[in-house]
Amino acid sequence: MSAATVQLIYLVSTALFIFSLKWMSDPRTARRGVGAGVAAMAFAVGGTILEPEIVTYKWMAVGFGLGTLVGVPLSWVPLTAVPQRTALSHAFGGLAAGLVGTAKYYTWLANGELTHFRTGAIVAEVLLGYLTCTGSLMAAGKLQEIVPTRPITYRNQNIINLSLLAMALAIGTVLVWNPYMSWGFPIVIALSLLFGVLLIIPIGGADMPTVISLLNSYAGLSAVAMGFVMENKLLITAGALDGSSGFILSVIMCRAMNRSFTNVLFGAFGQVQAAARTVEHKTVKSATPEDASQVLENASSVVIIPGYGMAVAQAQHRVRDLYEQLARRGIDVKFAIHPVAGRMPGHMNVLLAEAEIPYDRLVEMDDINPEMPQTDVALVVGANDVVNPAARHDKGSPIYGMPIIDADKAKTVMAIKRTMNPGFAGIENELYYADNTLMLFGDAKAVIGDLVKQLSGDGRSS
Amino acid sequence: MQLDLVSALFVFMLATFIGLDVIRRVSRLLHTPLMSLTNAISAIAVVGAIILAGEEHGTFSTILGTIAVFASTTNIVSGFLITDRMLKMFKKRETVER
Repeated sequence: MSAATVQLIYLVSTALFIFSLKWMSDPRTARRGVGAGVAAMAFAVGGTILEPEIVTYKWMAVGFGLGTLVGVPLSWVPLTAVPQRTALSHAFGGLAAGLVGTAKYYTWLANGELTHFRTGAIVAEVLLGYLTCTGSLMAAGKLQEIVPTRPITYRNQNIINLSLLAMALAIGTVLVWNPYMSWGFPIVIALSLLFGVLLIIPIGGADMPTVISLLNSYAGLSAVAMGFVMENKLLITAGALDGSSGFILSVIMCRAMNRSFTNVLFGAFGQVQAAARTVEHKTVKSATPEDASQVLENASSVVIIPGYGMAVAQAQHRVRDLYEQLARRGIDVKFAIHPVAGRMPGHMNVLLAEAEIPYDRLVEMDDINPEMPQTDVALVVGANDVVNPAARHDKGSPIYGMPIIDADKAKTVMAIKRTMNPGFAGIENELYYADNTLMLFGDAKAVIGDLVKQLSGDGRSS
Repeated sequence: MQLDLVSALFVFMLATFIGLDVIRRVSRLLHTPLMSLTNAISAIAVVGAIILAGEEHGTFSTILGTIAVFASTTNIVSGFLITDRMLKMFKKRETVER
Protein backbone atom coordinates (compact mmCIF):
# COMPACT_ATOMS: atom_id res chain seq x y z
CA MET A 1 0.00 0.00 0.00
CA SER A 2 1.40 3.40 -0.88
CA ALA A 3 2.39 5.81 1.82
CA ALA A 4 -0.05 8.38 0.45
CA THR A 5 -3.02 6.04 0.93
CA VAL A 6 -2.02 5.48 4.54
CA GLN A 7 -1.80 9.25 5.07
CA LEU A 8 -5.29 9.69 3.58
CA ILE A 9 -6.66 7.03 5.93
CA TYR A 10 -5.01 8.94 8.81
CA LEU A 11 -6.67 12.12 7.60
CA VAL A 12 -10.13 10.53 7.75
CA SER A 13 -9.29 9.17 11.20
CA THR A 14 -8.27 12.64 12.44
CA ALA A 15 -11.52 14.20 11.22
CA LEU A 16 -13.53 11.47 12.93
CA PHE A 17 -11.69 12.04 16.23
CA ILE A 18 -12.61 15.72 16.09
CA PHE A 19 -16.26 14.89 15.38
CA SER A 20 -16.20 12.38 18.19
CA LEU A 21 -15.29 15.10 20.71
CA LYS A 22 -17.61 17.63 19.10
CA TRP A 23 -20.61 15.34 19.55
CA MET A 24 -19.83 15.07 23.26
CA SER A 25 -21.17 18.60 23.66
CA ASP A 26 -24.72 17.33 24.11
CA PRO A 27 -26.04 14.18 25.82
CA ARG A 28 -28.31 13.60 22.82
CA THR A 29 -25.45 13.25 20.34
CA ALA A 30 -22.84 11.87 22.72
CA ARG A 31 -23.32 8.22 21.82
CA ARG A 32 -22.82 9.10 18.18
CA GLY A 33 -19.52 10.61 19.36
CA VAL A 34 -18.45 7.22 20.72
CA GLY A 35 -19.32 5.67 17.36
CA ALA A 36 -17.17 8.23 15.56
CA GLY A 37 -14.32 7.56 18.00
CA VAL A 38 -14.51 3.81 17.38
CA ALA A 39 -14.51 4.37 13.61
CA ALA A 40 -11.57 6.77 13.90
CA MET A 41 -9.60 4.22 15.91
CA ALA A 42 -10.46 1.46 13.41
CA PHE A 43 -9.14 3.64 10.56
CA ALA A 44 -6.01 4.46 12.58
CA VAL A 45 -5.27 0.80 13.33
CA GLY A 46 -6.20 -0.30 9.80
CA GLY A 47 -4.04 2.37 8.20
CA THR A 48 -1.07 1.51 10.39
CA ILE A 49 -1.27 -2.19 9.60
CA LEU A 50 -0.98 -1.21 5.90
CA GLU A 51 2.25 0.72 6.55
CA PRO A 52 5.04 -0.69 4.34
CA GLU A 53 7.50 -1.34 7.21
CA ILE A 54 5.18 -3.88 8.85
CA VAL A 55 6.43 -7.37 8.10
CA THR A 56 4.94 -9.57 10.78
CA TYR A 57 1.47 -9.65 12.32
CA LYS A 58 1.71 -12.35 14.95
CA TRP A 59 3.04 -10.21 17.82
CA MET A 60 0.53 -7.44 17.38
CA ALA A 61 -2.20 -10.09 17.24
CA VAL A 62 -1.01 -11.33 20.66
CA GLY A 63 -1.19 -7.75 21.97
CA PHE A 64 -4.66 -7.16 20.52
CA GLY A 65 -5.95 -10.44 21.92
CA LEU A 66 -4.63 -9.97 25.46
CA GLY A 67 -5.62 -6.29 25.47
CA THR A 68 -9.20 -7.18 24.58
CA LEU A 69 -9.28 -9.91 27.23
CA VAL A 70 -8.26 -7.41 29.92
CA GLY A 71 -10.11 -4.41 28.48
CA VAL A 72 -13.59 -5.91 28.34
CA PRO A 73 -13.82 -6.79 32.07
CA LEU A 74 -12.26 -3.40 32.92
CA SER A 75 -15.28 -1.75 31.35
CA TRP A 76 -17.65 -3.55 33.72
CA VAL A 77 -16.45 -1.85 36.91
CA PRO A 78 -19.12 -0.25 39.11
CA LEU A 79 -19.52 3.46 38.43
CA THR A 80 -18.21 4.39 41.86
CA ALA A 81 -14.90 2.83 40.72
CA VAL A 82 -14.69 4.76 37.44
CA PRO A 83 -12.03 7.17 38.79
CA GLN A 84 -9.70 4.25 39.61
CA ARG A 85 -10.30 2.69 36.21
CA THR A 86 -9.55 5.98 34.51
CA ALA A 87 -6.32 6.41 36.46
CA LEU A 88 -5.30 2.84 35.63
CA SER A 89 -5.95 3.53 32.00
CA HIS A 90 -3.74 6.63 32.10
CA ALA A 91 -1.06 4.35 33.52
CA PHE A 92 -1.41 1.98 30.56
CA GLY A 93 -1.28 4.91 28.15
CA GLY A 94 1.88 6.28 29.74
CA LEU A 95 3.44 2.83 29.78
CA ALA A 96 2.78 2.31 26.05
CA ALA A 97 4.37 5.68 25.21
CA GLY A 98 7.35 5.01 27.46
CA LEU A 99 8.00 1.55 26.01
CA VAL A 100 7.78 2.73 22.40
CA GLY A 101 10.22 5.54 23.17
CA THR A 102 12.62 3.15 24.90
CA ALA A 103 12.56 0.64 22.04
CA LYS A 104 13.07 3.38 19.45
CA TYR A 105 16.05 4.80 21.32
CA TYR A 106 17.89 1.48 21.47
CA THR A 107 17.02 0.55 17.87
CA TRP A 108 18.35 3.84 16.55
CA LEU A 109 21.33 3.67 18.91
CA ALA A 110 22.32 0.28 17.47
CA ASN A 111 21.83 1.46 13.87
CA GLY A 112 23.54 4.80 14.39
CA GLU A 113 20.38 6.66 13.36
CA LEU A 114 19.96 8.93 16.39
CA THR A 115 19.72 12.65 15.70
CA HIS A 116 19.37 15.58 18.11
CA PHE A 117 15.73 16.02 17.12
CA ARG A 118 14.86 12.32 17.50
CA THR A 119 16.59 12.10 20.87
CA GLY A 120 14.84 15.24 22.10
CA ALA A 121 11.45 13.82 21.14
CA ILE A 122 12.29 10.45 22.72
CA VAL A 123 13.40 12.08 25.99
CA ALA A 124 10.13 14.05 26.14
CA GLU A 125 8.10 10.93 25.36
CA VAL A 126 9.89 8.77 27.90
CA LEU A 127 9.77 11.40 30.66
CA LEU A 128 6.04 12.05 30.22
CA GLY A 129 5.20 8.42 29.57
CA TYR A 130 6.88 6.89 32.59
CA LEU A 131 5.93 9.63 35.03
CA THR A 132 2.31 9.33 33.89
CA CYS A 133 2.55 5.58 34.34
CA THR A 134 3.77 5.47 37.95
CA GLY A 135 1.89 8.65 38.92
CA SER A 136 -1.38 7.19 37.66
CA LEU A 137 -0.73 3.90 39.39
CA MET A 138 -0.30 5.80 42.67
CA ALA A 139 -3.47 7.79 41.97
CA ALA A 140 -5.38 4.58 41.21
CA GLY A 141 -4.00 3.09 44.43
CA LYS A 142 -5.18 6.08 46.44
CA LEU A 143 -8.61 6.00 44.83
CA GLN A 144 -8.92 2.27 45.50
CA GLU A 145 -7.57 2.99 49.02
CA ILE A 146 -4.71 0.50 48.67
CA VAL A 147 -2.38 3.45 49.21
CA PRO A 148 -3.27 5.84 52.09
CA THR A 149 -5.48 8.63 50.70
CA ARG A 150 -4.16 11.25 53.13
CA PRO A 151 -1.24 13.31 51.89
CA ILE A 152 2.08 11.60 52.66
CA THR A 153 4.64 14.26 53.43
CA TYR A 154 8.24 14.43 54.59
CA ARG A 155 10.81 17.14 55.15
CA ASN A 156 12.01 19.12 52.12
CA GLN A 157 9.57 17.20 49.95
CA ASN A 158 9.22 19.87 47.29
CA ILE A 159 12.96 20.46 47.11
CA ILE A 160 13.64 16.73 46.73
CA ASN A 161 10.93 16.30 44.08
CA LEU A 162 11.97 19.31 42.08
CA SER A 163 15.65 18.42 42.16
CA LEU A 164 14.80 14.92 40.90
CA LEU A 165 12.88 16.47 38.01
CA ALA A 166 15.67 18.95 37.36
CA MET A 167 18.19 16.10 37.33
CA ALA A 168 16.08 14.14 34.81
CA LEU A 169 15.76 17.26 32.62
CA ALA A 170 19.48 17.99 32.85
CA ILE A 171 20.50 14.47 31.83
CA GLY A 172 17.85 14.61 29.09
CA THR A 173 19.33 17.84 27.76
CA VAL A 174 22.83 16.38 27.76
CA LEU A 175 21.45 13.38 25.86
CA VAL A 176 19.97 15.63 23.18
CA TRP A 177 23.38 17.28 22.91
CA ASN A 178 25.15 13.95 22.69
CA PRO A 179 22.62 11.22 21.70
CA TYR A 180 25.17 8.40 21.96
CA MET A 181 25.83 8.94 25.67
CA SER A 182 23.69 5.87 26.25
CA TRP A 183 24.34 5.46 30.00
CA GLY A 184 22.20 8.54 30.58
CA PHE A 185 19.06 7.03 29.08
CA PRO A 186 18.25 4.43 31.78
CA ILE A 187 18.81 7.15 34.39
CA VAL A 188 16.19 9.35 32.73
CA ILE A 189 13.77 6.40 32.78
CA ALA A 190 14.46 5.64 36.44
CA LEU A 191 14.11 9.27 37.50
CA SER A 192 10.81 9.65 35.60
CA LEU A 193 9.40 6.53 37.22
CA LEU A 194 10.45 7.75 40.66
CA PHE A 195 9.25 11.30 40.09
CA GLY A 196 5.79 10.01 39.09
CA VAL A 197 5.42 8.27 42.47
CA LEU A 198 6.77 11.17 44.53
CA LEU A 199 4.59 13.69 42.69
CA ILE A 200 1.36 11.94 43.66
CA ILE A 201 1.94 10.70 47.24
CA PRO A 202 1.65 14.16 48.88
CA ILE A 203 -1.70 14.79 47.18
CA GLY A 204 -4.85 14.08 49.19
CA GLY A 205 -8.03 12.31 48.12
CA ALA A 206 -10.04 15.53 47.74
CA ASP A 207 -7.62 16.81 45.10
CA MET A 208 -7.98 13.73 42.93
CA PRO A 209 -10.29 15.40 40.36
CA THR A 210 -7.49 17.82 39.46
CA VAL A 211 -4.74 15.23 39.55
CA ILE A 212 -6.61 12.78 37.37
CA SER A 213 -7.29 15.53 34.80
CA LEU A 214 -3.65 16.54 34.82
CA LEU A 215 -2.53 12.95 34.28
CA ASN A 216 -5.05 12.73 31.42
CA SER A 217 -3.30 15.68 29.85
CA TYR A 218 0.16 14.12 30.34
CA ALA A 219 -0.99 10.87 28.73
CA GLY A 220 -2.08 12.90 25.69
CA LEU A 221 1.15 14.86 25.57
CA SER A 222 3.20 11.66 25.70
CA ALA A 223 1.29 10.52 22.59
CA VAL A 224 2.18 13.87 20.96
CA ALA A 225 5.85 13.30 21.78
CA MET A 226 5.53 9.83 20.29
CA GLY A 227 4.18 11.49 17.14
CA PHE A 228 7.36 13.58 16.94
CA VAL A 229 9.47 10.43 17.41
CA MET A 230 7.60 8.37 14.81
CA GLU A 231 7.05 11.38 12.51
CA ASN A 232 3.35 10.66 12.51
CA LYS A 233 0.75 13.45 12.23
CA LEU A 234 -2.14 11.31 13.45
CA LEU A 235 -0.37 10.67 16.76
CA ILE A 236 0.32 14.38 17.14
CA THR A 237 -3.29 15.39 16.44
CA ALA A 238 -5.03 12.78 18.56
CA GLY A 239 -2.53 13.29 21.37
CA ALA A 240 -3.08 17.06 21.24
CA LEU A 241 -6.86 16.58 21.46
CA ASP A 242 -6.40 14.43 24.56
CA GLY A 243 -3.83 16.78 26.02
CA SER A 244 -6.05 19.83 25.64
CA SER A 245 -9.00 17.96 27.10
CA GLY A 246 -7.06 17.08 30.22
CA PHE A 247 -5.77 20.63 30.44
CA ILE A 248 -9.24 22.21 30.26
CA LEU A 249 -10.60 19.80 32.85
CA SER A 250 -7.71 20.59 35.20
CA VAL A 251 -8.29 24.31 34.81
CA ILE A 252 -12.00 23.88 35.57
CA MET A 253 -11.17 21.79 38.65
CA CYS A 254 -8.60 24.29 39.92
CA ARG A 255 -10.99 27.20 39.43
CA ALA A 256 -13.71 25.33 41.25
CA MET A 257 -11.40 25.11 44.24
CA ASN A 258 -9.91 28.57 43.80
CA ARG A 259 -6.43 27.10 43.73
CA SER A 260 -3.53 27.13 41.32
CA PHE A 261 -1.84 24.13 39.69
CA THR A 262 1.26 24.67 41.78
CA ASN A 263 -0.83 24.76 44.92
CA VAL A 264 -2.50 21.43 44.10
CA LEU A 265 0.79 19.75 43.17
CA PHE A 266 2.98 21.17 45.92
CA GLY A 267 0.52 22.35 48.56
CA ALA A 268 -0.28 19.09 50.41
CA PHE A 269 -3.71 20.50 51.14
CA GLY A 270 -5.54 20.44 54.44
CA GLN A 271 -2.89 19.58 56.92
CA VAL A 272 -2.08 20.80 60.37
CA GLN A 273 -3.04 24.43 59.97
CA ALA A 274 -6.67 23.46 59.45
CA ALA A 275 -6.87 20.98 62.28
CA ALA A 276 -5.39 23.49 64.71
CA ARG A 277 -8.29 25.89 64.36
CA THR A 278 -10.36 25.73 67.50
CA VAL A 279 -14.09 26.18 67.40
CA GLU A 280 -15.95 27.34 70.47
CA HIS A 281 -18.65 25.03 71.67
CA LYS A 282 -21.68 25.49 69.50
CA THR A 283 -24.87 23.53 69.47
CA VAL A 284 -26.41 21.68 66.60
CA LYS A 285 -30.05 20.81 66.07
CA SER A 286 -30.61 17.23 65.22
CA ALA A 287 -33.82 15.90 63.73
CA THR A 288 -35.44 12.51 63.34
CA PRO A 289 -36.47 11.12 59.95
CA GLU A 290 -40.12 11.76 60.95
CA ASP A 291 -39.49 15.48 61.51
CA ALA A 292 -37.42 15.71 58.36
CA SER A 293 -39.98 14.00 56.16
CA GLN A 294 -42.65 16.41 57.39
CA VAL A 295 -40.51 19.38 56.47
CA LEU A 296 -39.84 17.86 53.06
CA GLU A 297 -43.54 17.18 52.47
CA ASN A 298 -44.47 20.77 53.14
CA ALA A 299 -41.79 22.14 50.84
CA SER A 300 -42.51 23.22 47.31
CA SER A 301 -38.91 23.22 46.15
CA VAL A 302 -36.06 20.96 47.27
CA VAL A 303 -32.44 21.09 46.18
CA ILE A 304 -30.37 17.97 46.87
CA ILE A 305 -26.60 18.53 47.13
CA PRO A 306 -24.70 15.27 46.69
CA GLY A 307 -21.03 14.75 47.51
CA TYR A 308 -18.52 11.95 47.58
CA GLY A 309 -20.10 10.66 50.80
CA MET A 310 -23.16 9.67 48.78
CA ALA A 311 -20.99 7.48 46.57
CA VAL A 312 -19.19 5.95 49.56
CA ALA A 313 -22.50 5.05 51.19
CA GLN A 314 -23.85 3.79 47.82
CA ALA A 315 -26.89 5.95 48.54
CA GLN A 316 -27.65 7.08 44.99
CA HIS A 317 -30.48 4.59 44.42
CA ARG A 318 -32.15 5.58 47.71
CA VAL A 319 -31.79 9.19 46.60
CA ARG A 320 -33.67 8.31 43.43
CA ASP A 321 -36.49 6.80 45.51
CA LEU A 322 -36.62 10.00 47.53
CA TYR A 323 -36.67 12.03 44.33
CA GLU A 324 -39.63 10.00 43.07
CA GLN A 325 -41.57 10.33 46.33
CA LEU A 326 -41.11 14.10 46.31
CA ALA A 327 -41.74 14.53 42.57
CA ARG A 328 -44.98 12.54 42.92
CA ARG A 329 -46.20 15.18 45.40
CA GLY A 330 -45.53 17.88 42.84
CA ILE A 331 -42.46 19.16 44.69
CA ASP A 332 -39.81 20.67 42.44
CA VAL A 333 -36.64 18.64 43.06
CA LYS A 334 -33.27 19.62 41.64
CA PHE A 335 -29.74 18.36 42.18
CA ALA A 336 -26.97 20.92 42.67
CA ILE A 337 -23.67 19.64 41.32
CA HIS A 338 -20.41 21.23 42.46
CA PRO A 339 -17.64 20.78 39.87
CA VAL A 340 -15.30 19.05 42.32
CA ALA A 341 -17.89 16.87 44.05
CA GLY A 342 -16.69 13.28 43.81
CA ARG A 343 -13.32 11.93 42.81
CA MET A 344 -13.19 12.94 39.16
CA PRO A 345 -14.78 15.64 36.98
CA GLY A 346 -18.47 14.92 36.44
CA HIS A 347 -18.46 11.94 38.82
CA MET A 348 -21.76 12.87 40.55
CA ASN A 349 -23.59 13.25 37.23
CA VAL A 350 -22.69 9.72 36.20
CA LEU A 351 -23.71 8.22 39.56
CA LEU A 352 -27.06 10.02 39.51
CA ALA A 353 -27.64 9.09 35.87
CA GLU A 354 -26.99 5.47 36.80
CA ALA A 355 -29.70 5.78 39.44
CA GLU A 356 -32.03 6.89 36.61
CA ILE A 357 -32.37 10.46 37.73
CA PRO A 358 -33.14 12.49 34.58
CA TYR A 359 -30.19 14.63 33.59
CA ASP A 360 -32.26 17.79 33.16
CA ARG A 361 -32.69 17.74 36.98
CA LEU A 362 -28.92 18.06 37.49
CA VAL A 363 -27.99 21.73 37.77
CA GLU A 364 -24.53 23.27 37.84
CA MET A 365 -23.39 25.37 40.80
CA ASP A 366 -23.50 28.73 38.99
CA ASP A 367 -27.05 28.12 37.78
CA ILE A 368 -28.46 26.90 41.09
CA ASN A 369 -26.97 29.54 43.40
CA PRO A 370 -29.31 32.39 42.37
CA GLU A 371 -32.25 30.08 43.15
CA MET A 372 -31.06 29.04 46.61
CA PRO A 373 -32.72 31.91 48.54
CA GLN A 374 -36.13 30.86 47.15
CA THR A 375 -35.52 27.19 47.91
CA ASP A 376 -37.48 25.66 50.78
CA VAL A 377 -35.15 22.79 51.64
CA ALA A 378 -31.51 22.17 50.79
CA LEU A 379 -30.66 18.53 51.49
CA VAL A 380 -26.91 17.88 51.79
CA VAL A 381 -26.02 14.23 51.16
CA GLY A 382 -22.37 13.43 51.78
CA ALA A 383 -21.05 16.84 50.71
CA ASN A 384 -19.06 18.95 53.14
CA ASP A 385 -16.48 21.52 52.06
CA VAL A 386 -18.45 22.49 48.94
CA VAL A 387 -21.28 23.86 51.11
CA ASN A 388 -19.15 25.46 53.84
CA PRO A 389 -20.11 29.17 54.09
CA ALA A 390 -16.68 29.88 55.61
CA ALA A 391 -15.37 29.82 52.03
CA ARG A 392 -17.27 33.06 51.44
CA HIS A 393 -16.24 35.15 54.46
CA ASP A 394 -13.64 33.52 56.73
CA LYS A 395 -10.27 34.73 55.46
CA GLY A 396 -8.51 32.37 57.88
CA SER A 397 -10.13 29.25 56.46
CA PRO A 398 -8.02 27.11 54.11
CA ILE A 399 -10.93 26.99 51.67
CA TYR A 400 -11.51 30.76 51.70
CA GLY A 401 -12.37 31.94 48.19
CA MET A 402 -13.48 28.55 46.91
CA PRO A 403 -16.82 28.86 45.07
CA ILE A 404 -19.50 26.98 47.01
CA ILE A 405 -23.12 25.98 46.63
CA ASP A 406 -25.06 28.42 48.81
CA ALA A 407 -26.94 25.75 50.74
CA ASP A 408 -27.09 28.01 53.80
CA LYS A 409 -29.35 30.48 51.97
CA ALA A 410 -32.19 27.98 51.68
CA LYS A 411 -35.05 28.37 54.16
CA THR A 412 -34.22 25.05 55.80
CA VAL A 413 -30.99 23.07 55.45
CA MET A 414 -30.81 19.38 56.20
CA ALA A 415 -27.44 17.70 56.33
CA ILE A 416 -26.96 13.96 56.52
CA LYS A 417 -23.76 13.05 58.31
CA ARG A 418 -22.39 10.14 60.28
CA THR A 419 -20.88 12.14 63.12
CA MET A 420 -19.85 15.71 63.85
CA ASN A 421 -16.24 14.92 62.89
CA PRO A 422 -14.94 17.43 60.37
CA GLY A 423 -14.57 16.21 56.81
CA PHE A 424 -11.59 15.14 54.81
CA ALA A 425 -9.78 18.47 54.87
CA GLY A 426 -10.27 18.71 58.64
CA ILE A 427 -12.16 21.97 58.32
CA GLU A 428 -15.02 22.74 60.69
CA ASN A 429 -18.20 23.43 58.74
CA GLU A 430 -20.24 26.27 60.25
CA LEU A 431 -23.22 25.31 58.11
CA TYR A 432 -24.03 22.58 60.64
CA TYR A 433 -24.35 25.13 63.46
CA ALA A 434 -26.61 27.54 61.59
CA ASP A 435 -30.07 28.30 62.99
CA ASN A 436 -31.84 27.00 59.90
CA THR A 437 -29.91 23.71 59.80
CA LEU A 438 -31.24 20.35 60.93
CA MET A 439 -28.73 17.51 61.24
CA LEU A 440 -29.77 13.99 60.33
CA PHE A 441 -27.18 11.71 61.89
CA GLY A 442 -26.47 8.31 60.38
CA ASP A 443 -25.40 6.48 57.27
CA ALA A 444 -26.64 8.33 54.18
CA LYS A 445 -28.21 5.24 52.64
CA ALA A 446 -30.05 4.32 55.86
CA VAL A 447 -31.23 7.86 56.60
CA ILE A 448 -32.61 8.43 53.11
CA GLY A 449 -34.18 4.97 53.21
CA ASP A 450 -35.99 6.05 56.43
CA LEU A 451 -37.13 9.29 54.80
CA VAL A 452 -38.53 7.37 51.84
CA LYS A 453 -40.29 4.96 54.20
CA GLN A 454 -41.90 7.84 56.07
CA LEU A 455 -43.01 9.53 52.87
CA SER A 456 -44.39 6.40 51.24
CA GLY A 457 -46.14 5.39 54.49
CA ASP A 458 -47.93 8.74 54.50
CA GLY A 459 -48.84 8.27 50.90
CA ARG A 460 -50.73 5.07 51.70
CA SER A 461 -52.69 6.42 54.67
CA SER A 462 -53.99 9.53 52.94
CA MET B 1 6.69 9.82 5.07
CA GLN B 2 9.13 12.34 6.45
CA LEU B 3 7.90 15.05 8.73
CA ASP B 4 10.07 18.01 9.59
CA LEU B 5 10.06 19.66 12.99
CA VAL B 6 8.33 22.85 11.87
CA SER B 7 5.38 21.22 10.14
CA ALA B 8 5.04 18.83 13.10
CA LEU B 9 4.86 21.87 15.40
CA PHE B 10 2.26 23.45 13.12
CA VAL B 11 0.09 20.33 13.31
CA PHE B 12 0.51 20.22 17.08
CA MET B 13 -0.44 23.86 17.55
CA LEU B 14 -3.49 23.74 15.29
CA ALA B 15 -4.70 20.48 16.83
CA THR B 16 -4.34 21.98 20.30
CA PHE B 17 -6.46 24.99 19.35
CA ILE B 18 -9.15 22.74 17.87
CA GLY B 19 -8.98 20.55 20.96
CA LEU B 20 -9.33 23.46 23.39
CA ASP B 21 -12.26 24.87 21.45
CA VAL B 22 -14.13 21.59 21.03
CA ILE B 23 -13.60 20.47 24.63
CA ARG B 24 -14.71 23.82 26.03
CA ARG B 25 -18.14 23.15 24.53
CA VAL B 26 -18.53 19.75 26.15
CA SER B 27 -21.38 19.72 28.64
CA ARG B 28 -20.19 19.54 32.27
CA LEU B 29 -22.71 16.80 32.71
CA LEU B 30 -20.53 14.58 30.54
CA HIS B 31 -17.07 15.24 31.93
CA THR B 32 -16.61 11.70 33.25
CA PRO B 33 -17.57 10.05 29.93
CA LEU B 34 -15.43 12.68 28.17
CA MET B 35 -12.44 11.59 30.16
CA SER B 36 -12.95 7.93 29.40
CA LEU B 37 -13.45 8.78 25.73
CA THR B 38 -10.21 10.77 25.59
CA ASN B 39 -8.56 7.83 27.38
CA ALA B 40 -9.53 5.68 24.45
CA ILE B 41 -8.39 8.38 22.01
CA SER B 42 -5.00 8.76 23.70
CA ALA B 43 -4.57 5.03 23.11
CA ILE B 44 -3.74 6.20 19.58
CA ALA B 45 -0.29 5.31 20.89
CA VAL B 46 -1.28 1.94 19.47
CA VAL B 47 -0.09 3.26 16.11
CA GLY B 48 3.51 3.49 17.33
CA ALA B 49 3.16 0.18 19.14
CA ILE B 50 1.88 -1.66 16.04
CA ILE B 51 4.83 -0.45 14.01
CA LEU B 52 7.26 -1.65 16.69
CA ALA B 53 5.60 -5.03 17.01
CA GLY B 54 5.32 -5.41 13.25
CA GLU B 55 8.77 -4.38 11.99
CA GLU B 56 11.68 -6.67 12.72
CA HIS B 57 14.30 -4.74 14.63
CA GLY B 58 15.31 -7.38 17.15
CA THR B 59 13.64 -9.20 20.03
CA PHE B 60 13.90 -6.32 22.53
CA SER B 61 11.97 -3.95 20.31
CA THR B 62 9.37 -6.62 19.43
CA ILE B 63 8.75 -7.46 23.10
CA LEU B 64 8.32 -3.81 24.11
CA GLY B 65 6.10 -3.26 21.07
CA THR B 66 3.88 -6.19 21.95
CA ILE B 67 3.47 -4.99 25.54
CA ALA B 68 2.65 -1.52 24.23
CA VAL B 69 0.05 -2.95 21.82
CA PHE B 70 -1.46 -4.82 24.77
CA ALA B 71 -1.57 -1.70 26.98
CA SER B 72 -3.10 0.48 24.26
CA THR B 73 -5.65 -2.13 23.19
CA THR B 74 -6.77 -2.42 26.81
CA ASN B 75 -7.41 1.32 26.82
CA ILE B 76 -9.17 1.34 23.47
CA VAL B 77 -11.50 -1.53 24.35
CA SER B 78 -12.31 -0.55 27.93
CA GLY B 79 -12.39 3.18 27.14
CA PHE B 80 -14.96 3.00 24.38
CA LEU B 81 -17.08 0.33 26.10
CA ILE B 82 -17.33 2.16 29.43
CA THR B 83 -18.01 5.51 27.75
CA ASP B 84 -20.92 4.00 25.87
CA ARG B 85 -22.14 2.26 29.00
CA MET B 86 -22.19 5.56 30.91
CA LEU B 87 -23.78 7.55 28.12
CA LYS B 88 -26.63 5.04 27.87
CA MET B 89 -27.62 6.04 31.42
CA PHE B 90 -28.14 9.72 30.69
CA LYS B 91 -31.86 10.05 30.11
CA LYS B 92 -34.27 12.95 30.01
CA ARG B 93 -37.33 13.04 32.21
CA GLU B 94 -39.92 11.77 29.68
CA THR B 95 -37.93 8.64 29.00
CA VAL B 96 -37.25 7.90 32.65
CA GLU B 97 -40.68 8.19 34.20
CA ARG B 98 -42.58 4.99 34.08
